[in-house]
Amino acid sequence: MQTYQSWGRYPPAAHTRVLPIRWRTDPIRLSDLSESVLPFAYGRSYGDSCLNNGGALLDVSGLGRFIAFDESTGVLRCETGVTLAEVLSLAVPRGWFLPVVPGTKWVSIGGAIANDIHGKNHHRAGTFGAHVTCLELLRSTGERILCSPERNVELFRATIGGLGLTGLILWAELRLKRIPGAQIAMERIRFSGLRDFAQLSTEDQEFEYTVAWIDCLARGRRLGRGLFLRGDHAPGPSRTSSRGKSRITIPATLPSGLVNRATTTVFNGLYYRAQVRTRQRKTGEYEPFFFPLDGIGAWNRLYGRRGFLQYQCVTANESEGAVAELLDQVARSSEIPSLAVLKRFGTVRSPGLLSFPRPGITLAIDFAMRGATTLALLDRLDQVVAAAQGAVYPAKDARMSAANFRRFFPHWQSFASQVDPKFSSSFWRRVTAA
Amino acid sequence: MSPLPKTGGARVLIIGATSAIARETAQVYAASGARLFLTGRNGGRLASVRDDLLVRGAAQVETAELEVTQIASHRSVVDAAVGSLGGLDIALIAHGTLPDQTRCQEEVSATLDAIQINFTATVALLTLLANYFEAQRRGCIAVIGSVAGDRGRQSNYVYGAAKGGLDRFLQGLRNRLYRSGVAVVTIKPGLVETPMTSGMPKTPLFASARRVGRSIERAIENRRNVVYIPWYWRPVMAVIRWVPESIFKRLQL
Repeated sequence: MQTYQSWGRYPPAAHTRVLPIRWRTDPIRLSDLSESVLPFAYGRSYGDSCLNNGGALLDVSGLGRFIAFDESTGVLRCETGVTLAEVLSLAVPRGWFLPVVPGTKWVSIGGAIANDIHGKNHHRAGTFGAHVTCLELLRSTGERILCSPERNVELFRATIGGLGLTGLILWAELRLKRIPGAQIAMERIRFSGLRDFAQLSTEDQEFEYTVAWIDCLARGRRLGRGLFLRGDHAPGPSRTSSRGKSRITIPATLPSGLVNRATTTVFNGLYYRAQVRTRQRKTGEYEPFFFPLDGIGAWNRLYGRRGFLQYQCVTANESEGAVAELLDQVARSSEIPSLAVLKRFGTVRSPGLLSFPRPGITLAIDFAMRGATTLALLDRLDQVVAAAQGAVYPAKDARMSAANFRRFFPHWQSFASQVDPKFSSSFWRRVTAA
Repeated sequence: MSPLPKTGGARVLIIGATSAIARETAQVYAASGARLFLTGRNGGRLASVRDDLLVRGAAQVETAELEVTQIASHRSVVDAAVGSLGGLDIALIAHGTLPDQTRCQEEVSATLDAIQINFTATVALLTLLANYFEAQRRGCIAVIGSVAGDRGRQSNYVYGAAKGGLDRFLQGLRNRLYRSGVAVVTIKPGLVETPMTSGMPKTPLFASARRVGRSIERAIENRRNVVYIPWYWRPVMAVIRWVPESIFKRLQL
């Protein structure tokens, strides 16, 4: 039996049953079920937003068919379970690219919409949901509702970033973007602190993609040192197939102690020092640029049985102080963080009521799950984020408090009024608990 | 023997085209610009598959609803496929059901239904297709059998008997059509992750429908006789066939 867990493998969840949804044209009866349901595709959400403990899951990985693609306009219509990898392998040889890609290509179109994902081009393109032209939503009443920025607008806005709670997205239509080729011309710049990061990110508008990795175990005058990566699409063919498998796969869950403070300190330092020169330019394949970890299958097993948590937050602009404070808290704790990812979000507004991205600096760090001390550190980070008028990303979350959720997502009540009464998730019950 | 046209631009008839394995094979053909004629029981599902294959690059996709046990309708469907594609280079027969063995033991009708779908209907289609390909003196007929047909086992012998009978039929057909330059490919998948096996507990022996579907396209391209997919089922089944019946009958397989 296939296991249904989230990418962070924390928290565990027991589902009453899993209903495979394979054909969008077949009648899908949800009203007969006694328990709540939640769509699930490939389980790439990190925390509990893709879990429905005590309820049922609708496995939509079988809804993996394309419906229509207009090669002259780049408008693509496909079923909800199509992966971004499938879209890229179709689109790239034809000169098109997804308008927004996250750090992995193994997510579904439905998941990309339900989490209103963002990528390295948020400062120019906004979120994934901003490029969705319409979608069909199946409600538990059996009704199929066409939603778009013009039709059923409230339901559309609730479904973008709606964590799968407004109904089952059966298919969606989105606008791809033209690219000159499958290559990426990129530049990698070593920087020594947060001030340099802030300076570099003022040049963001000159590049389609920008992101930074920082050594989050460096303290004092080294705090916030890292590598700034930026790039643009470039002409040239791709030599690898998007549908290809990972080069190596972590075969089994490793002992939890393998990722520890010592190994991560070495890894963080090595990553920073791997680049000797301050500036490095090269043109290469788009896959390693966008999806560096997809080369290692099931890398989440590195963290062992207890799993890991990813903490991703955004703090309002002019809040470098808050980012420094967050990094300092992490470095001073005894927790085990991975590399941190830092990026400045732009001002393009997300259509989604519950969308996470907003203008400011976003920071993402993985932590090995070590129990109460890990959770306590993340609670302290929440306080810093709240003080900086920021938010924590639900797609990565397994633990933020209900009070903080309501603070971070002020539209949550108008969102709640659009939730399908039959749909729920472990996350939703947690953040709406009284 | 005239060579089979390369996959690109091939004209392919697929019976049971909404099955998970057939869809994967069809995707390979679509990506190479093939022209396809698909049959299946459900019109809505067929239309979904057709649209998908057109996006993936198929030059033409036609569909027809077909219940394979309605044997009287076979001829018109084969004629429609030949007519709309202007001929056929490849026919892939992929329909089938996995019956509940216990129910088959209790109900004669369940057993006969399983034999009807998995053997009789297939043989009826093969009879028509064999004559078409034999007259044309080129092309390839591929049929999805099963490792379950290699030996009867208590847990699955009705399905096994149908697939085993098919295996013999295809041996004879291959022998007959050899002189006409028509290849007959017997495909024997092992355990595959598909809706048909969704009720079975998954083990590492299960292969993905994608892997199996792609291997089928290669087997057809290479005009293989009998292929086990994945390959390791060939030695496994060789061992299982080799066990003497006096011992085999005592096993809980």
